[in-house]
Amino acid sequence: MGSVQWDERRKSRPSVPVDSAPDPDARLADLRPGMSGQVIDIDESVEPSTARRLFDLGFAPGAEVTVLRKSPLGDPVVFQVVEYEVALRKAQAAGIHVRRIA
Amino acid sequence: MSAHCGQVARTVTGKTRLALVGSPNSGKSTLFNALTGLRTKTGNYPGVTVARYEGTARVGGHEVVVEDLPGTYSLDPISPDEQVVADALDPDNPDIGTPDGILVTIDATTLRRSLGLLAQVMRTGLPICVVLTFRDELTRRGGTLDVSALRRALGVPVVGVTSGSRNDLAQLQSMLLDLAAWERPVVPPPTDPSQRRAWVESLLQSAGYEVPEVDRRTRRIDAVLLHPLWGTLIFFATMFAFFQIIFTVAAPLQDAVQSLFDSLGTLVTEHVPNPLLSGFLGSALIGGVGGVLVFLPQIALLFLMISLLEGSGYLSRAAFLMDRIMARAGLEGRAFVALLSSLACAIPGIMATRSLPSAKDRFATMMGAPLMTCSARLTVYVLLTGLLVSPDTRVGPFGAQGVVMFALYLVGALSAMATAWVFKRFSSRGGPVLPFYMEMPSYRLPRPRSVADAIWSACKGFLHKVGRIILLVTVVLWLLLSLPMHSDAQLRSAGVDPVDRTAVSAYAVDHSYAADIGHAIEPVFAPLGFDWRINIGVLGSLSAREVFVATLGQVAAAQNPEQPAEALTHMTYTDGPHQGEKLFTPATTAALLVFFLYALQCMSTIGVMRRETGSWRWPAVAFGYMFVLAWTMAFLTHTLVGLSA
Repeated sequence: MGSVQWDERRKSRPSVPVDSAPDPDARLADLRPGMSGQVIDIDESVEPSTARRLFDLGFAPGAEVTVLRKSPLGDPVVFQVVEYEVALRKAQAAGIHVRRIA
Repeated sequence: MSAHCGQVARTVTGKTRLALVGSPNSGKSTLFNALTGLRTKTGNYPGVTVARYEGTARVGGHEVVVEDLPGTYSLDPISPDEQVVADALDPDNPDIGTPDGILVTIDATTLRRSLGLLAQVMRTGLPICVVLTFRDELTRRGGTLDVSALRRALGVPVVGVTSGSRNDLAQLQSMLLDLAAWERPVVPPPTDPSQRRAWVESLLQSAGYEVPEVDRRTRRIDAVLLHPLWGTLIFFATMFAFFQIIFTVAAPLQDAVQSLFDSLGTLVTEHVPNPLLSGFLGSALIGGVGGVLVFLPQIALLFLMISLLEGSGYLSRAAFLMDRIMARAGLEGRAFVALLSSLACAIPGIMATRSLPSAKDRFATMMGAPLMTCSARLTVYVLLTGLLVSPDTRVGPFGAQGVVMFALYLVGALSAMATAWVFKRFSSRGGPVLPFYMEMPSYRLPRPRSVADAIWSACKGFLHKVGRIILLVTVVLWLLLSLPMHSDAQLRSAGVDPVDRTAVSAYAVDHSYAADIGHAIEPVFAPLGFDWRINIGVLGSLSAREVFVATLGQVAAAQNPEQPAEALTHMTYTDGPHQGEKLFTPATTAALLVFFLYALQCMSTIGVMRRETGSWRWPAVAFGYMFVLAWTMAFLTHTLVGLSA
């Protein structure tokens, strides 16, 4: 039910990001522990079902994300998003466009 | 429309049916236990409820059926257990009866995320009651929430519960009786993602939701437990301590149970005159089944430690630390948790694979899971390790038996991962790459009640298994080991004094039907150093691994009813090229350990695999590859240890 709408929304979105971020290509995976960012959107290359799940987990446009810590081997990474902590692999974090916040 | 379906369901069963929905770790299973009193497993690991659980809540003389659905973050399913939730709530799905109403558990500390799921559930049109959990934690962390304002803004009933509070529970219970009185929202929440965000924000604002502070306690603990160096060291130390505790703490308890059975055995030999009856009581029941019951303390301790790790939230951290290593096997951290559950028993481990979104990962994990050292193997390992190294031997500051055990667990785990890697590698390619995400719950003190429940149900399950399958197979094996009967004349002609009961029973065992069967399969196992008695034990253990302990116990009890453990150490080959030599040499014992490490000797596991995959193909593949692996590895071990000795 919801997924149809989600796909339509993704298709109807302009291909050029409307937000004039200083670095439009920044990804969540690029941020180092301690840094924060605001989610702009999820990359077109991400599977619709994965994009949908990232949205449900709180990685929605406008949400603030803080990188908490990397695992001892560098991947996965724990993020703080909408008041809770969730671990994502870098591969997933690389699909999320963010604007860095100081 | 959906309410209509609910109405139909109610008239059919005559009882109101409620479904419990919530994200993993939102206190759903705890609420379920509180409502129904029926104990399901609860824990602080996201994804504990993998099967469907139903229970009956009794409220003022009425019965309400409550179903505990698996935890989910969304009603758009990407894994099998999320599909269960989506199907159960879909009024158009004919396979599963639609519930009359839904209880949605919402963790007050993650309200912003949880309201997204609530919005989806509200779209089903079924009557909904929100149960707000962890309000005490919200307060502790300095957050605020006006529950009645949230109720007005949502347009559905909202009940706050604090775990352990009877008043809160009574308020919720009184609501379960009258679903028709539940308020319905005037307008359903929007489906469009961006509109839904606005909906959530406006709700939070009208409920005066103050974002809770960061959980400092959890952050401080994580700074150590997830530290690149300390975290890794603590992880391995925890795993190592796990096995040392199983030995050092359980050993005296186990000895106590053992001496109880020993004195029972003496009692039987002294006071039961009928040789057949005394043989049955002494060998089959006390020596065989009793020999398995000795392991109850170890099983209880194993489950105590697993439920403590799970309830505190450390299991999620362990999965996080292991994810990169699991990735080497082509799997993910959640597969690690499935494998870790297999330490208790492969069955919950195989069921836990339902939380894996990818079918390929699921099958690969399922093929590896039976290699993890389960509690049934524990019984065999303890017996054989006792024959291999003496309890006084030490490796540095640690008991050598604990070290051997740790090594067995480690080899089992590495083999499980290697197997998963092989199956993942050679299974058909394609299919979408599914995301890995895992919630890191706040550290919480494990609830004593949940821990006690986990231990109790594990012990109950073990006793059940001992009382049925192990007892049955043991009795059959006892018959095979005692028949045919020998007359006094036959015994005399064989040079056995018919008055010496121990000598008679030893002779009977050596000339039994079981001996014939054991000899018949000797060509298969002779290269591993096994004699016919071990063969019979191995054959019987195909039903359940503990039967091996029971069989050896029987054989030993026939030779020395008072001190069966002594009899095992001094057992010799009765015939063949090694006649008269010690049977349990380091080479044979090590080969047996390795054989049990790899072989799939568990009917229940085969049954669950059949059920979870829907065909006999996967259990057949698992049994086949594991037998070949077990034989080959045991042969190599026998040869190598034999050479070095």
